[in-house]
Amino acid sequence: MAASSQKTLPTRALRDADLIDGSGAWAKEARLTASDRAQAAGLPQRRDEYWKYTRPDAFVQADVTLQASLRSSLGLFDQRNTISVAFEDGKIQAAALPSSAQCTLESLASASILDLHWARDVYGRLEEAGQNPVKRSLAAVNTAVARDGLLVNVTGAVEAPIHIHATSSGQSDATIHHVIKVAAGAEVTLIETGQYGARSNIVLEVDVADGGRFHHIRVQDGNERHMLTHIFARIGAEARFKSFTLTAGGQLTRNECVLQLLGDDASVSVAGACLGDGDFHHDDTVFITHDAVNCESRQVFKKVLRNGAVGVFQGKILVKAGAQKTDGYQISQSLLLDDDSQFLAKPELEIYADDVACSHGSTSGAIDAQALFYLRSRGVPEAKAVDLLTLSFVAEAIEEIEDEDLAQDILDHLTETLSAR
Amino acid sequence: MLNIKNLHVKLEEEDKQILKGVNLSLEPGKVHAIMGPNGSGKSTLSYVLSGKDGYEVTDGSAQLEGVDILDMEAEERAAAGLFLAFQYPVEIPGVGNMTFLRTAVNAQRKLRGEEEMSAGEFLKVVRAKAKDLKIDADMLKRPVNVGFSGGEKKRNEILQMAMLEPKMCILDETDSGLDVDAMKLVAQGVNALRDDKRTFLVITHYQRLLDHIKPDVVHIMANGRIIKTGGPELALEVENNGYADLLEEIA
Repeated sequence: MAASSQKTLPTRALRDADLIDGSGAWAKEARLTASDRAQAAGLPQRRDEYWKYTRPDAFVQADVTLQASLRSSLGLFDQRNTISVAFEDGKIQAAALPSSAQCTLESLASASILDLHWARDVYGRLEEAGQNPVKRSLAAVNTAVARDGLLVNVTGAVEAPIHIHATSSGQSDATIHHVIKVAAGAEVTLIETGQYGARSNIVLEVDVADGGRFHHIRVQDGNERHMLTHIFARIGAEARFKSFTLTAGGQLTRNECVLQLLGDDASVSVAGACLGDGDFHHDDTVFITHDAVNCESRQVFKKVLRNGAVGVFQGKILVKAGAQKTDGYQISQSLLLDDDSQFLAKPELEIYADDVACSHGSTSGAIDAQALFYLRSRGVPEAKAVDLLTLSFVAEAIEEIEDEDLAQDILDHLTETLSAR
Repeated sequence: MLNIKNLHVKLEEEDKQILKGVNLSLEPGKVHAIMGPNGSGKSTLSYVLSGKDGYEVTDGSAQLEGVDILDMEAEERAAAGLFLAFQYPVEIPGVGNMTFLRTAVNAQRKLRGEEEMSAGEFLKVVRAKAKDLKIDADMLKRPVNVGFSGGEKKRNEILQMAMLEPKMCILDETDSGLDVDAMKLVAQGVNALRDDKRTFLVITHYQRLLDHIKPDVVHIMANGRIIKTGGPELALEVENNGYADLLEEIA
């Protein structure tokens, strides 16, 4: 394993001296321990069970062969009042980030040169906790090598969503690591649009203290790009966590989400809608651990695939002994618009408590002929009718978005994307 | 308005003849009713006329105002003025009733080369028409037919008809699943749309609906053919004696 991974880019970067060059004490420690984790675990291989449906090669090979090109999410959410943060080719732009009375925003680049920083309690810590029972070594690589990212310390109810918009050009690699810390009773919404690089490795760590609320909306598009994302979150008592992702472009996307419910009466939702066309591979891999009483978790994933596009869903709910009154819901569905496209689903439940309600379902289907006829009989042309039924299909995932205005923006964007293709 | 000549239809997937020579001539402004036992081909006739897939026309023709419609796509027939009120209206989660209606109205206008209806104008018109059918703002906002009662679904069909203003309306068992009050409300909606140009073809099992939507002509269909045509009294005859006598007559 070690021999073959020597050649790959992430490990090549894992030379300690380079790794910690310019780092302050806390970042040094976090990077070196992450480097050890990554070396010990080795890089993902094609034979790994966890990478059965998505080949890791594109994420570990040495050179980026893609050209970044931005598509349609530019302008999305522009009418909304947001706290705006721009990334360009993997770096936060602007010397001073916007400020808010309810939170502080900093770049990882500037925070990591300090010897002490609040981020040390989260950075790499949640990623490390998420390495068990399945190794996610590319996330550990990210912790070791990431040079920039957004660090947000949320202490109150932030008045407007924080909106990260990323742009990049050319054959660029981007390794970005965000940390969001939500204090007890505090609340924030994070929006991510655009494209960090032609090939991106993104980690988002979210620590939601008791009674805190975190909402996340992400739009992934672009043409050729490859993207691997990890969300690691720790959720306290009576806290809420919601993450929604719309993927409407890109050759290869793998979104991993690892959530730990550690306090009673918390609730989480992870949802995704994707539109895949042609050379498109989209993987949602979710692992939710219930380790407290009376928590709710929801996973809602909808994939619309055509012209040979591939969708993957691996979703697991682990209910630990003692996590009584757990309410787990998981649905993954694909709408296959032709015979060439495919959907691979692996739903899993592992339950060690005896008083829980967990439901899961997975389906693959074509456009409903009766519904299509109904729309056409009202004068709606076939292509438009298929678009409407596509919107109908993904609606359940979009409904998971907390904020109705933002949900409407997503719906409008999706409608535009559909009618443009 | 609608002229059907010697229409023969079989299922596309299997060798089963459903319609075996249907002849019907529907004049503008008239209400025709078709009654008949289960399996006589009534619903198939409505589907074939409105362009549903899965059927093969083996002989005969259907013309709407002199234009052959059987080779048209379903949406083209709709734009030409044909409307089918479904026996089982389809639920479309995630698509608002209003969005659906406006998409349909404007799609038809576009197909006919007319200007689209503005959002403001549409809203005004739909609110007025919905009120007549006791359809409240909530029902207009909800996803198409999702969580609607049987009566609400049928009223929603009539609302679509009122908005699309078709020339030729086919009602497929609009009374099924309705209680008396709901049926009256639906019938009122239909009657409000009657004028000297618009033609209706009302398909039903029971005479009941025809008490509220009074037909000009009643046809009895059996085994893929129209076996008898008469006035409204024919519906009463069926109500009293069933279809057995009529079927014997032609046997």
